[in-house]
Amino acid sequence: MFFQQLINGLNLGSAYAVIAIGYTLVFGVLNIINMAHGEIFMFGAFIGLMLVTAAGANIFVALIGAMLGGAVLGFLLEYLALRPLRRRKVTHLAPLISTIGVSIFLESLALKIWGPQTQSFPPQFEGALMDAGLFKVSMIQIVGFCTAIVLMVLLTLLLDKTKIGKAVKATSENIETAGLLGINTSRIITFTVMLASSLGAAAGVLVGLSFNAIEPTMGMTMSFKGLAVLIMGGLGNIRGAMMGGFILGIAEVFSVAYGASSYRDAVAFGIIILILFFRPEGLFSKAGKGGRP
Amino acid sequence: MLLELKNIVAGYGSIMALKGISLSVREGSIVSLIGANGAGKSTTMRTIMGLVSLREGEIRFKGAPLSGTKPYQVVHEGISLVPEGRQILQNMSVEENLYLGAYQRSDKDGIAADLKKVYERFPRLEERKKQFGGTLSGGEQQMLAIGRAVMARPELLLLDEPSMGLAPIVVQEIFDVIKDINDSGTTILLVEQNARKALQIADYAYVMETGHIVLEGTAADVAANPQVTAAYLGGKK
Repeated sequence: MFFQQLINGLNLGSAYAVIAIGYTLVFGVLNIINMAHGEIFMFGAFIGLMLVTAAGANIFVALIGAMLGGAVLGFLLEYLALRPLRRRKVTHLAPLISTIGVSIFLESLALKIWGPQTQSFPPQFEGALMDAGLFKVSMIQIVGFCTAIVLMVLLTLLLDKTKIGKAVKATSENIETAGLLGINTSRIITFTVMLASSLGAAAGVLVGLSFNAIEPTMGMTMSFKGLAVLIMGGLGNIRGAMMGGFILGIAEVFSVAYGASSYRDAVAFGIIILILFFRPEGLFSKAGKGGRP
Repeated sequence: MLLELKNIVAGYGSIMALKGISLSVREGSIVSLIGANGAGKSTTMRTIMGLVSLREGEIRFKGAPLSGTKPYQVVHEGISLVPEGRQILQNMSVEENLYLGAYQRSDKDGIAADLKKVYERFPRLEERKKQFGGTLSGGEQQMLAIGRAVMARPELLLLDEPSMGLAPIVVQEIFDVIKDINDSGTTILLVEQNARKALQIADYAYVMETGHIVLEGTAADVAANPQVTAAYLGGKK
């Protein structure tokens, strides 16, 4: 029982972690919470589903297609809803409101395109259930978990080893300094939003597969969870977001297994409140830097 | 003239910190900009870099107007700023900071050679190259900020208060390095509170007060001016 729940929790947590990284990246460069991230996540799930059901693609093609779609949405979000505000030097909250607008628009658009009913991946994607003695694990869980880990490793390599990754880090830390070093910060912001959105869309496919329930409103709940993880891990802290995702995933699964399933979200968010009570700067950020990495 | 500012008016919001500044920097020289707090020295630097937008006037570099006004475009033209407060990337290593200084360059060999030069000039940076920028002392951070700006191979290096908050012995070291960078062919525009030191190494100097230039001349002339002596050099020596 314990190991089974741990496996389930890790699986769910890996998807949360990928979502939270998307929030963290955007928060790093723009200092706002991208409220449209959950809806891009939902679009990712639908794009993946469409590729599988309408085009008969396999799951990896669906994943890549969803990520490309997410990147396009990220570009549009940045270009149409964020960049014009940046140029005008309006208040700090304006881009936040702008992303809320985009999220409502995307949700309505999804309702228009795909309708309100819950959809799911065809049953063959469930895969066989493997018995490893202590726990059972399905093929789809393994694929989902591994994909999430691979995405996180690739992202870490991108940020630590490549020139554009270092430019993203520099822009996150101090946008003015980054500009003075010769970095085209506007382009880096666009790149970062696209990257974050493609990760969000990938998470949409992963969550869609493991819950097997895709609907236009799924972005909203996920938004709050990603947001909670972002705050728990320390704003703008990538490793914190990864760890926070796993913590939330495991906490949720265990609260369902050992407590009451109706309190699932209450327990998870209760833990977050507790953590913030003792470490308001987030679990993984260094003290004294206002929660920034 | 390498850099020319003509009747620059610029500022923040409705407050104009610069009220018609004209100055020029000859190729190969060190020009100092001195003045009290709030005179507009840093704003002048920030306006050149495109961090503060220009209301009126013109900035000419190498005889032509600056083609772009975004900081990265100004860097591309060949101007680098060592900002006030140094602005080291705290959570990136010393070496990463230096490599980011060469962000717009793609000549690997040249970058490696310049990195070596920076390490020769500042051996302490090499000792600490894997440390995070935020763990360095003030003097080391200033060295890193200068080294990082030099990595861009600028033709004109702007230095904003490089001696601020540093121990006297470190201040001397920093000024020696500035002279050294100038000797190797980089033109320098220097903003300083430490007017005595700034006038010692400069060829030409401007004195700013509340957004205007009130005095200019060769560094020796400015240093000998009685008003300057009284206001910035602590009276008669």
